[in-house]
Amino acid sequence: MYSEKVMDHFSNPRNVGEVENANAAGQVGNPKCGDIMKMTMRIEGGRIEDVKFKTFGCGAAVATSSMATELVKGHTIEEALSLTNKAVAEALDGLPPVKLHCSVLAEEAIKSAIADYYRRQGIDPTPIVGCDVDCAHCHG
Amino acid sequence: MFVYADHAATAPLSKRALSAMLPFLEGGYGNASSVYAIARDARRALEAARKITAEALGAKPEEIYFTGGGTESDNWALRGVCEAKKDKGRHIVTTAIEHHAVLHTAEYLKKQGYDVTFLPVDKLGRVTPEQVEKALRTDTILVSVMAANNEIGVLEPIAEIGALCRAKGVLFHTDAVQAVGHVPLDLSAMEVDLLSLAGHKFGGPKGVGALYIRRGLRIPPLLYGGGHERGLRSGTENVAGLMGMAEALREAVENREEKNKRLTALRDKLIEGLSRIPYSFLTGDTENRLPGNVSFVFECVEGESMVLGLDLAGVCASSGSACSSGSLDPSHVLLAIGLPHEVAHGSLRLTLGEENTPEEVDYLIETVAGVVTRARSMSPLWDAATQTPTERFWGPGSLK
Repeated sequence: MYSEKVMDHFSNPRNVGEVENANAAGQVGNPKCGDIMKMTMRIEGGRIEDVKFKTFGCGAAVATSSMATELVKGHTIEEALSLTNKAVAEALDGLPPVKLHCSVLAEEAIKSAIADYYRRQGIDPTPIVGCDVDCAHCHG
Repeated sequence: MFVYADHAATAPLSKRALSAMLPFLEGGYGNASSVYAIARDARRALEAARKITAEALGAKPEEIYFTGGGTESDNWALRGVCEAKKDKGRHIVTTAIEHHAVLHTAEYLKKQGYDVTFLPVDKLGRVTPEQVEKALRTDTILVSVMAANNEIGVLEPIAEIGALCRAKGVLFHTDAVQAVGHVPLDLSAMEVDLLSLAGHKFGGPKGVGALYIRRGLRIPPLLYGGGHERGLRSGTENVAGLMGMAEALREAVENREEKNKRLTALRDKLIEGLSRIPYSFLTGDTENRLPGNVSFVFECVEGESMVLGLDLAGVCASSGSACSSGSLDPSHVLLAIGLPHEVAHGSLRLTLGEENTPEEVDYLIETVAGVVTRARSMSPLWDAATQTPTERFWGPGSLK
């Protein structure tokens, strides 16, 4: 059911852990639903110098987190924001239909971390990032 | 090392079952309904299989109807009784932890205008005869309670529930797919009206099963056609498969005590080993439990990733997490025993069989511990520094 790339990123996940001196952090998902992704980043001069993830979830959740960090590491914020869940899934040679939400979560985790970065700078992230699905932030 | 620890999903075909099947795969292809010699051989074999199956269950041969498996037997029992007794009433009683073959059939019947009571279970997964008694109404036509649960291995008090139903004049069906061949079941000493079984759960082949229908009880067929199985289950009989099932059942019953002694020891060793993993808990009942069933939850870990991780180490296991089932919710059984969603996602089921060894159990303990440790090291719900969950959703006392 999983592609070899998914299995590779599941068994040898890239960029696991938490970035030291991170200046951006985002967490999405819900333990009730069975998946949570947390991404931490060090952003310097508009570029994601380092990114790491921690994920509680199924094989696809781990693999999409790993792939998403690979796809944004070393890239600019703009490039990272243009990353779609579809691109993450495609980079993994596809995901079973029931697992596509994992790739959505990976895209959202990146956006959530970048939104946090802007907030820490005193900048309202909404016009730049759009909805970062940090619902508690908007709705208390 | 390769360790098969998913016997509740399906068990390997026993050698004796294979030997019983081969003559009907290699040469004896006659249709048991035809008149010539090779067909008569097939008919004889079929009736021998029926006799063996009946003897193993303490039933009479004419009470055994062969089917295409456990799911068909469950469908037939529920839908058949509902149709046969619809003039008496339209209420059925079952439990929240039944296999989907019963649950989804009950839900279908609900849509057809039947009223269904799904009894809750306690934290160990048990339902009591008192609960059943309270649920009975004047229009109750059927009670269906599983003999053993496929996920947490809990054994239900079906003898007591059967006796109660008989006293109240209500038909009693039990889905015994996980129990037959594994725990003592003597229908001659029990008040059971219908019982479902499936061949591949005790060393027989897949795609064959049976429904026991107590003598004197008539239900309409599920499948119409050429009138096989005394007009109640049409379709050319799978003689090879049924021979395999009957032989596997005979073998399972012959060796049950000795096998269970060994299996229970292996199971308890595995439970003890896995209990040493912090924040891990056995689900189900320690006393009333299938001899090969070990079901656990590991906090802060998701089940499907455990199953995948174990697969990479050569271990076959299963989980009741949402991601394993392909739905959004974790197993209905784990939710029914009171686990919160967050914890139910961390379930792992290891089910042992006859061929498993103590060395394999050691390997299982070591491998599960490794997989859990690795998953926790990447989990945002786990604090690596203190080796504790960052948030507790549940405590070990919750299931006591």
